[in-house]
Amino acid sequence: MSVNLFVLLAMGAAVGFLSGLFGVGGGFLITPLLIFYNIPPAIAVATGANQVIASSFSGALAHFKRGTIDFKLGGVLLVGGVFGSSIGIYVFKLLRQIGQLDLFVSLLYVGLLGTVGALMMIESVNALRAARLGGAPSLRRPGQHNWIHKLPLKMRFRASKLFVSVIPVLGLGAAIGFLASIMGVGGGFIMVPAMIYLLKVPTNVVIGTSLFQIIFVSAYTTIVHATTNKTVDIVLALALMVGGVAGAQYGAKAGQKLRGEQLRALLALLVLAVAIRLAFDLFVRPANLYSLSPLEVF
Amino acid sequence: MRSRLLQWAIAVALLATISAAPAQVAEPGAPEQARPQQAPVPNPESIQIGLSTDRISITSDFSGADLTIFGALDNADPLINRQGRYDVIVVLEGPARPTVVRKKERILGVWINIHSQTFVNVPASYSVATTRAMQDITDQVNFRQLALGSDNIYMQPLDRTEDPVTIKDFETALRGLKKLRGLYTENIGGVQFLTQSLFRATLRLAPNIPVGTHKARAFLFRNGVFIKENSANLAILKAGFEQSIFRFANDNGLLYGLLAVLLAMVTGWLGRVIFRRD
Repeated sequence: MSVNLFVLLAMGAAVGFLSGLFGVGGGFLITPLLIFYNIPPAIAVATGANQVIASSFSGALAHFKRGTIDFKLGGVLLVGGVFGSSIGIYVFKLLRQIGQLDLFVSLLYVGLLGTVGALMMIESVNALRAARLGGAPSLRRPGQHNWIHKLPLKMRFRASKLFVSVIPVLGLGAAIGFLASIMGVGGGFIMVPAMIYLLKVPTNVVIGTSLFQIIFVSAYTTIVHATTNKTVDIVLALALMVGGVAGAQYGAKAGQKLRGEQLRALLALLVLAVAIRLAFDLFVRPANLYSLSPLEVF
Repeated sequence: MRSRLLQWAIAVALLATISAAPAQVAEPGAPEQARPQQAPVPNPESIQIGLSTDRISITSDFSGADLTIFGALDNADPLINRQGRYDVIVVLEGPARPTVVRKKERILGVWINIHSQTFVNVPASYSVATTRAMQDITDQVNFRQLALGSDNIYMQPLDRTEDPVTIKDFETALRGLKKLRGLYTENIGGVQFLTQSLFRATLRLAPNIPVGTHKARAFLFRNGVFIKENSANLAILKAGFEQSIFRFANDNGLLYGLLAVLLAMVTGWLGRVIFRRD
């Protein structure tokens, strides 16, 4: 496979810029971009997971300094994450053997990005409209409890001022771990809203804690992919990381000039665009109906 | 990436082309008729090829190259040679690999891999150079028998119970895809006679040429009749840094994974140190 190093650096920088701008990991952009660049999805996913470590580690360091990481909550999420990731890797291998990995990865991306993008779009448009009308933005009421808080096996998380059952925490961790290994994403774009809205974790510790958890789940995913599927391309990942780390700094600076709702609306547009582009490939008749792949040993 | 023409000037196997026709010195005193009049023995022509190296290392910026193989005919009949009725086909065949061919079908609007067929011995690459167009050298039947030419390689299906027509379709698609990727190539006129017995074959190496042991084979035809074949092995390797990584990743997945993680963390940390914001 010969690819252009400068294209990879530029790709990393562009995604890094966006991840700095929007405060996301960028895994959900890297993997589809690599697929659009004709990197086999199996390699794109595993290498994407590797790249996510760099950006989350960078971000987590800042949160560690500010003390905005709930290690206990992150640890429980991590236990679930390792479990989910292990299942994900097994499923990944299985899908690869039966030749359905590409389809499954695309479907997951289209489904998740489409849903998240649409929800964000609705939310940010509403917020923009409310801001224009001068009305007070609707705040969530922290006192309100939902069904999740009625589950047993409660645990106290001091840093988050939370007393909640470990079942949803482990479940959320597992779900993100599963996605991390199959999609090559950190999962922050699902984890952050889920922590805020379902677990009612205070906003200030959400990002640090999710980054903390993402580092370890991505690291675990990378190592297992490297061992079982041999799909991690270290050179490819390094080019993306170097570009990404540099791009993120400029993105963050640019992000300070935009308002929150505008940023979210832009991010929603971007997410939807990626979803539509992937969906396009699924529904349009491919140029060649046949494809080749080496035989995977069962 | 700069395109580099790699001319593998490969040493000439100048084998004793001036064949040792033993000088018939009549023994003095021996009666002439004691030597029975020998019928001219049919020429045992043979073909030789020579490679100056048994390995080629390709680097990460490899963008394809031409491989030149020199060879020679032994005991060539000058008359037939003058008439240009010797034909040579040189093939560079990549390592055989089991390959799955999948076919997409539309289900609920989505194109999904539904059918598949596995072939157990597909050459990863197959590059041919010939003196003339294949059909002008000999009959299709002969090519089939020799399994010579990218359309005639025998591909053994894993599941022989499958409908032959279906297998044929998948096989055709497989050859088509290999040609599309530049892995199966034909270079008509790629074999040129430099002298009556010395020839040079130019074969295309695709940028994505698979690593492994390749086999260079030369086939000699006279008047459309297959005479002789000769072969030599050639190892194609990834060179230097790439090769080390490739081998490391395959032999030592766990350590490779750990290294990948460490590298990512160092990059992330360096990014913070260099572009400190807080």
